[in-house]
Amino acid sequence: MKKLLLAGAAGLALMAQGALAQVDENAPQGGTMVVTYKDDVATLDPAIGYDWQNWSMIKSLFDGLLGYEPGTTTLRNELAESHEISEDGLTHTFVLKDGIKFHNGREITAEDVKYSLERVTNPETQSPGAGFFGMIDGFDQWNAGEGDGLSGIEVVDDKTVKITLSRPDATFGHVMALNFASIVPKEAVEEKGQDFGRDPVGSGAYRLAEWTPGQRVVFERFEEYHRDGVPKLDQVVFELGLDPTVALLRVQQGQADIPGDQIPPAQFLQVMNDPNQAKNVVEGGQLHTGYVTLNTQMEPFDKVEVRQAMNMAINKDRIVRIINNRAVPANQPLPPTMPGYDTEYEGYAYDPEKAKQMLADAGYPDGFSTELYVYNTDPNPRIAQAIQQDLAAIGVTAEIRSLAQANVIAAGGEKDQAPMIWSGGMAWIADFPDPSNFYGPILGCAGAVQGGWNWAWYCNEEMDKRAAEADAMVGPDKQQAREDAWRQIYVDIMEDAPWIPIFNEQRFTMRSERIKGDDSLFVDPVHIPVNYDYMYSSEAK
Amino acid sequence: MGGYILRRLLESALILLGITLVTFVLLYLVPADPARQIAGRSATAETVANIRDQLGLNDPFFVQYFRYLGNLLQGDLGRSYLQRAEVSELVASRLPASLLLMVSAIATELVFGLTIGVIAALRRNRMADHSLMIFSFVSISAPQFVIGILLLYVFAVKLGWFPIGGYGTFAHLVLPSVTLGFLGAGWYSRMMRSSMIDVLGQDFVRTARAKGLARGRIIARHVVPNAILPIIAMIGIDIGLFMSGIVVVESVFGWPGIGQLAWQAIQRVDIPVIMGVTIVSATAIVIGNLLADLMAPLIDPRIKLK
Amino acid sequence: MTDMPGPAAPARRPRARLSGTVLGQLLRRPRAAFGLAVIAIMVGAAIFAPLIMPHDPFEQSFDGLTLEGAPLPPGGAFPLGTDLLGRDLASRLILGTRTSLIIGVLANGIAVILGAGVGITAGYFGGWVAGVLMRFTDLMMAFPALLLAIVLAAIFQPSLLIVALVIAMVNWVQMARVIYTETRSLTERDFVQVQRSIGSGHLRILGAHLLPHLLSSIVVFGTLGISTTVLLEATLSYLGVGVQPPIPSWGNIIFENQTYFSTAPWLVFFPGLAIILLALSFNLVGDALRDILDPTLKGRH
Repeated sequence: MKKLLLAGAAGLALMAQGALAQVDENAPQGGTMVVTYKDDVATLDPAIGYDWQNWSMIKSLFDGLLGYEPGTTTLRNELAESHEISEDGLTHTFVLKDGIKFHNGREITAEDVKYSLERVTNPETQSPGAGFFGMIDGFDQWNAGEGDGLSGIEVVDDKTVKITLSRPDATFGHVMALNFASIVPKEAVEEKGQDFGRDPVGSGAYRLAEWTPGQRVVFERFEEYHRDGVPKLDQVVFELGLDPTVALLRVQQGQADIPGDQIPPAQFLQVMNDPNQAKNVVEGGQLHTGYVTLNTQMEPFDKVEVRQAMNMAINKDRIVRIINNRAVPANQPLPPTMPGYDTEYEGYAYDPEKAKQMLADAGYPDGFSTELYVYNTDPNPRIAQAIQQDLAAIGVTAEIRSLAQANVIAAGGEKDQAPMIWSGGMAWIADFPDPSNFYGPILGCAGAVQGGWNWAWYCNEEMDKRAAEADAMVGPDKQQAREDAWRQIYVDIMEDAPWIPIFNEQRFTMRSERIKGDDSLFVDPVHIPVNYDYMYSSEAK
Repeated sequence: MGGYILRRLLESALILLGITLVTFVLLYLVPADPARQIAGRSATAETVANIRDQLGLNDPFFVQYFRYLGNLLQGDLGRSYLQRAEVSELVASRLPASLLLMVSAIATELVFGLTIGVIAALRRNRMADHSLMIFSFVSISAPQFVIGILLLYVFAVKLGWFPIGGYGTFAHLVLPSVTLGFLGAGWYSRMMRSSMIDVLGQDFVRTARAKGLARGRIIARHVVPNAILPIIAMIGIDIGLFMSGIVVVESVFGWPGIGQLAWQAIQRVDIPVIMGVTIVSATAIVIGNLLADLMAPLIDPRIKLK
Repeated sequence: MTDMPGPAAPARRPRARLSGTVLGQLLRRPRAAFGLAVIAIMVGAAIFAPLIMPHDPFEQSFDGLTLEGAPLPPGGAFPLGTDLLGRDLASRLILGTRTSLIIGVLANGIAVILGAGVGITAGYFGGWVAGVLMRFTDLMMAFPALLLAIVLAAIFQPSLLIVALVIAMVNWVQMARVIYTETRSLTERDFVQVQRSIGSGHLRILGAHLLPHLLSSIVVFGTLGISTTVLLEATLSYLGVGVQPPIPSWGNIIFENQTYFSTAPWLVFFPGLAIILLALSFNLVGDALRDILDPTLKGRH
């Protein structure tokens, strides 16, 4: 795996690949942190919130049965005291911890678990995360609006809940750690109805103290949190409506601690070339891949040789340079920090001559014309134009269609509209750190339907079968085999080349001097952008 | 007069109704499916279909339209597809910021426009007049986003006199107001100049001079107040230009108003929000035009109400 | 009895001489002359672009960016610097002249035809026709223009023609109102009544009698309108809903490069200057035309 080092920069990179980070659990408590964002927070309802801004905010306000060791991708118990899996992998029994409370003071019971999971899968809630729970028994009926609950969830007693699956699924643990599986108090939800997202009540390390729309959001420590000494900070203040350039200035002047929208591109080089500032920047990977989809249902991309040729035509190093080396070139669907990534795989080398030859062999000696759809916010039109130029060099004339996000999504969901789509702006960031997350909706047959997100319309039944088999390998003894199986699946998919993987974005989080914590917290692979719970302040006593 | 007002109010109501219909039709034609946006990328086809059902998007066009209209008349603007918050709340929380910006812009255009117009008229055909008029031409020829970025760069980034965008204090208000009002200042300066020239040429001014009154007094007490009248009548029309202007200006300066809200909503095809902002904007424009039309005859008796 | 000149000849002006002197009169006014000069230069740049561009405006050259991917400042091989993809800014600006002029003139042309058409029809026929048309015009006026343009752009697949149409859709209203008022007052005048009573067809009255009087207004507002359409195109491109990349438009150059404005301000200033110059020129010429052709049209409508 290649990683470009920035000249003069001393960016610390911590690739948390399941290893335990050196997070100090005994750090002192106290102090305030200021995080800046440009956009208003959309919603803090865990069943609905699904953007990169509110994802970790929700993680700080809510807890699920499972969670992750801070700074890592290792699962651990959160609200659950214990988690037992039956022999056949179909029954999961969770016992709740004692003395766990909601922000409104009430103790959490197993009823709350059932209520929360039924709420998120209830069609009336319109949750974008409902689909993740498809493996629970009774999901199909409940999600279609029949019955009065998820039959697969059984409340055994006040502290015990038993979940039965319709098929063994190795991703179930990760699903239980998703925001969508957060436990919510029924009375608060019913009281606030649709406004629960504006006035959330959870059981997380922080509680919502204030939300002035468009201006600020304040989190306060939840004193009765079930983990001692967590969270470290007294308060996290989110200042909204700040342009990233302004935010950076504030951080540099010590008036803010973390620029939530990251360092703006114009200032990036300045900052990284200044050793004083660069030492406050933590670089980390993201579970992200930016790719171009090639519609296998539209000519000439129905020919695999053409798709392979396209893969060889793109100069990925140049594109990475255009975005100031804030990414690493990619050669496969999975990002480097994802288990299942193949470090040995070489992919398709940049070779325009060979690409032209392959096109000629496939029957296109003079190239062809096609269209490249792209989301119309910067830097995506630029990246699309760079791709366009590379393609022109092998005789492919790609006309750019720069459209609003919703329009690109609509085009991709039709079988015969978008021959190529640059995924930038909608690029796949994993919902959870597991290789299967990159398959289902975007490469599996289930996603190759009208309105689906498999914009390559790639449907390989053989792969679907292998994917299902890999996910059925439940149990710690099978993890290595499972990882190997997935690795092979993606390498084999690259043979078919339904995508051109372009790059994996790196994350660069800047922090002020007074906020401390292990580097992994600032590039936490699961808490995007940062893990608010474990950072501490140098001003704490 | 009363009959006229009533008729205009009725017409305005019909216009607003027409706007809801036209906007609804246009949004209906946008080829994106909001249900897919809401459902997110990991949703199954069933979930998407179900959300479409929930939102009533499968109903025939007129059913959807009349449902919307019915709710609208009860004050319910619906809920944002993306944020789930009530549109009326979203708009209400952001409207004050936009109103503040517009009022400041009006103040800016009046202050600059009138001053420049007066000076240019008094120094007619001299150097000052020519250069000021060039300036006013430039101001009506410059796109607001260019002015905005320019001001931001010079006065905020380089000189540091003002904050780089954002909201909160008077200092935050200056650059966006100047940007928004720059265009109007150009128009007003030219109008004021020609209005002043008109008034200066009138008999009563000559009479006053002949009687020996000081020039300054004549100008300040008699000429300017008369010259301003036609301009005051025009302020209402500005609302229309502002409603377009705030989309860009709020975006450049990160001003949390309804322009920014509209722009973000259009990107995501958040139909209820787009409808809500359009209706609010159109209402403001209609009110502005109505005020301007009503004030015109009060100010200039020669104009008859038709 | 002294010789008195005969009754004024109806509606027959020595138009050929008039247009000749209009140009002369324009050139005699310094501001208008400046405007004409700029327009001529821009048109020249648009036509002869392939000959005068220093580089290929679409070539994303390796040397156009620093090693870390930053654009180059003005100077050296790239007279006005490069953009974020390493393309020569000067060449893109020159080619962008075409976009601005084509869309500006095309969009305005459509707006003029539409607006004048609506205005004349409403003003001439009066009655319920006028009522319906003018109410519809009021409706379109109440729409926030930019919002309408953005929504329209979202409905159709973008292209040069679509952008021009969208701009025309939001811009025809002013022309319609002005022409309507004028047509109405003209129609009520005696000579039109006379023509009607002797049985002249509608088209004849419109074409031979009304149009010549309206022409000056149409020309004035048509010229001024180009300034508005140029600005609107720039704004739409700035918001990312205008002309498709990689076709350069001054507005989309700013759009693509604005994130760098604090470190590469030339990427905003030069295209911005170009936009202002072009819009200014049409404003100056249009204003002068108004003075020349019909000094009674004062202020703004």
